[in-house]
Amino acid sequence: MGSRLGGTGVEEPVDRVYVGNINVTARRARELLLGKLKLGDVIDWATTFSLWPVHLLTSCCGAEFAATWSPRFDAEQYGALPWVAPRQTNLIIIEGTVTRKMACALRITYEQMPHPKFVIAMGACALDGGLFYNSYNIVRPWEVVPVDIYIPGCPPPPEAVARAIIELRRKIREKKLASRWLVEGWRHDREPVKPVDDVCKWWRP
Amino acid sequence: MKESHTGTSSGVLEGRRVEGMVVRRIERELYEVFIGPQHPGSGHMRIIVRLDGDIIVEADPDIGYVHRTMEKLSEVREWLKPIPLLERMTIIDACNVTLPYVNALEKLMDKKPPPRASYLRVLLCEINRVASHLYGFGIFGVFLGHSTMYMWAFGDREVFVELAEILTGARLTHTYHIPGGVRRDMPQDFPQMARRAVRYMRRRLEEYRKIFLENPVIVKRLEGVGVISRNLAADLGIVGPNVRASGIRYDVRLVEPYEVYDELEFEVPVFEEGDALARTWVRVEEIKQSLNIIEQAVDWLERHKGEVIPKEDYERLPKLHKEVYEKTGRVKLLPAHATMKVPAGKAVARGEMGRGEIIYYVESDGGTTPYRVRVVTPSARNAIVFKYVVPGHRLMDLPAIYGSIDYFPPEADR
Amino acid sequence: MNLEEVVELIRGALGDLAKEITVRKGYVEVVVNPGDVVTAATKLKELGFDHVKSVTAVDYPKESRIRVTYHVSSYLRDDLARVIVGLSVDLSRENPVMDSLVGVWRSSEFQEREVYEFFGVVFKGHPDLRPLLLIPELAEKRVLRKDFIVREESIYEGVPHRYQ
Repeated sequence: MGSRLGGTGVEEPVDRVYVGNINVTARRARELLLGKLKLGDVIDWATTFSLWPVHLLTSCCGAEFAATWSPRFDAEQYGALPWVAPRQTNLIIIEGTVTRKMACALRITYEQMPHPKFVIAMGACALDGGLFYNSYNIVRPWEVVPVDIYIPGCPPPPEAVARAIIELRRKIREKKLASRWLVEGWRHDREPVKPVDDVCKWWRP
Repeated sequence: MKESHTGTSSGVLEGRRVEGMVVRRIERELYEVFIGPQHPGSGHMRIIVRLDGDIIVEADPDIGYVHRTMEKLSEVREWLKPIPLLERMTIIDACNVTLPYVNALEKLMDKKPPPRASYLRVLLCEINRVASHLYGFGIFGVFLGHSTMYMWAFGDREVFVELAEILTGARLTHTYHIPGGVRRDMPQDFPQMARRAVRYMRRRLEEYRKIFLENPVIVKRLEGVGVISRNLAADLGIVGPNVRASGIRYDVRLVEPYEVYDELEFEVPVFEEGDALARTWVRVEEIKQSLNIIEQAVDWLERHKGEVIPKEDYERLPKLHKEVYEKTGRVKLLPAHATMKVPAGKAVARGEMGRGEIIYYVESDGGTTPYRVRVVTPSARNAIVFKYVVPGHRLMDLPAIYGSIDYFPPEADR
Repeated sequence: MNLEEVVELIRGALGDLAKEITVRKGYVEVVVNPGDVVTAATKLKELGFDHVKSVTAVDYPKESRIRVTYHVSSYLRDDLARVIVGLSVDLSRENPVMDSLVGVWRSSEFQEREVYEFFGVVFKGHPDLRPLLLIPELAEKRVLRKDFIVREESIYEGVPHRYQ
């Protein structure tokens, strides 16, 4: 006696439920999410548990960024995992200073990512220059991409990065950022950031 | 000359200009691949490689993505302020990177730190060296797709970061030394913690050997890859563990002992093979030697008491600062320290970082700021490896070579 | 081999080429004419100084000169490794041109590119002379020269005089 669960193709006995049975749990989750919640809430819920930062290291805070995913701090428990390609990710963590050469790479990477996408700026340099406030070679990241969360510190400890991810999750679910972005086609709570001048104009192949 | 300004991609631009656009002829069979600055490993640089099939014909490192103009900013800041500024080059190795700068200032000012301060500096430097090598291993693991190595190395690195935090108060950016001494004395219970960390790390290194260094997959990927012969290493002027893996016995701690390295017992591991695997092994052996030095330094510090700043500096402190220093071992700086003047002159100082030799050239005109600070970091000198060693290898050997020379872009770009 | 012996060795090898030789703590500075730099470098290399540690330039606007210094040392000879030799050349500030030493020491290639972009010193005979770290727009400003000024705010403006 058995029934096919939709899509999984696995024979599943209906009369017996084991603790930790993945198919049953999946069915219950599906009933809860799709039956009782609105689809928009599901999208927001799903986005908060899959905030994957892209492998773009802009400066020396990258050392603490790497430590955030180390066994001691383990930011993977929040559903975040640094991933290689911008096409499969939805979060940029700007680690510290953005130089004028890097601003181009930052903007291109941001534009390559699919919607909805978010930006966390990490470190004093990403806020307003930090130690390098009067350097001739840096730009402020908020002139290049729209920033959602700022983390102060030089460098911020890994706990602060994990905290920023949690704050971003709260923000997405409270303001329904992900679902409304998908429905309306643009982000409703802020203006898009366009770079003041062409950040890539120095680069001619 | 004008023509080459506009291009960043290739060596000689042979092409003609068509309305603001450069049209370049590429030979038909060659692919041009841009690796970075956003790439699967980690690191903030671009390597432009030209491929024939999957054999690299030409590689051109395009660095400067993290150039934060530290040499210029040092010229407009008072003598002490470049110390926190310059350690941002390599915050994972922050003690070693600023020590030669402080040594250069001490040469100009004719100051000598008390022996206890020297031992504390050496202690922190070796803790940093272990942490730096472990960071290198972790990133190497990411490059090779060996996640276990990343997890293990970064987990064990936290032990040494924690030690440094107990000693100095900061995880990474210690700003520990000031001209003539250090900022803080060692806490009472530090020696026990250090010995426990050393014991733990010795045991872990054995497990690293089993899972990473003698792992058949890793050995196949690293053995015979990126071979740098003895003469080529000297010709390219590369530094650190990379040059010692090529059979050259060069370590600043040995050649020109600074601080108290001439009183300590340690060996300089040298390998002859010169390939990526040998470079990895050098780092492991160096961690072992650093652990020995940590033990020796801690033993010495337990047996000898003393001051951590020179006598004349101590006497200049006001009463309140003296009390803080007596009670907690912390040195609170005077405003006079920040506006100090350094006698005119030139000094060259070098030191051995985790990644290799760092050299400072400091020039003073007698004012409150440096006239010129020139710093050449190990990664800046290792960048040349990409141009002259990588061609001839397959594309998938590039991550192995990149990881094995332990290149850290913020350090190279300053 | 101690410092004095190395100085004698260098003095013997360079002969009249060396305009002045100064010995400072830990390093020897040799000044030569811009025209003689390749000859002097070749002689130093024959002595055993096989790599360049640093290529540095310092700008002296009052004297209207730029001093380019090559800090060289040895890997293959242990006794020379203890000494750092600075081979210096004085160039005019308006038209700083000198012969490239890449042909003698390959390790100076990237650092000569740095000096070129920061100071505008043109190295004749360099195989690939273009900016290394900076974008072209900034490289034309010669940022490490003294007349490119970076503003710095001072925190000591309100500090009582007795502390200064």
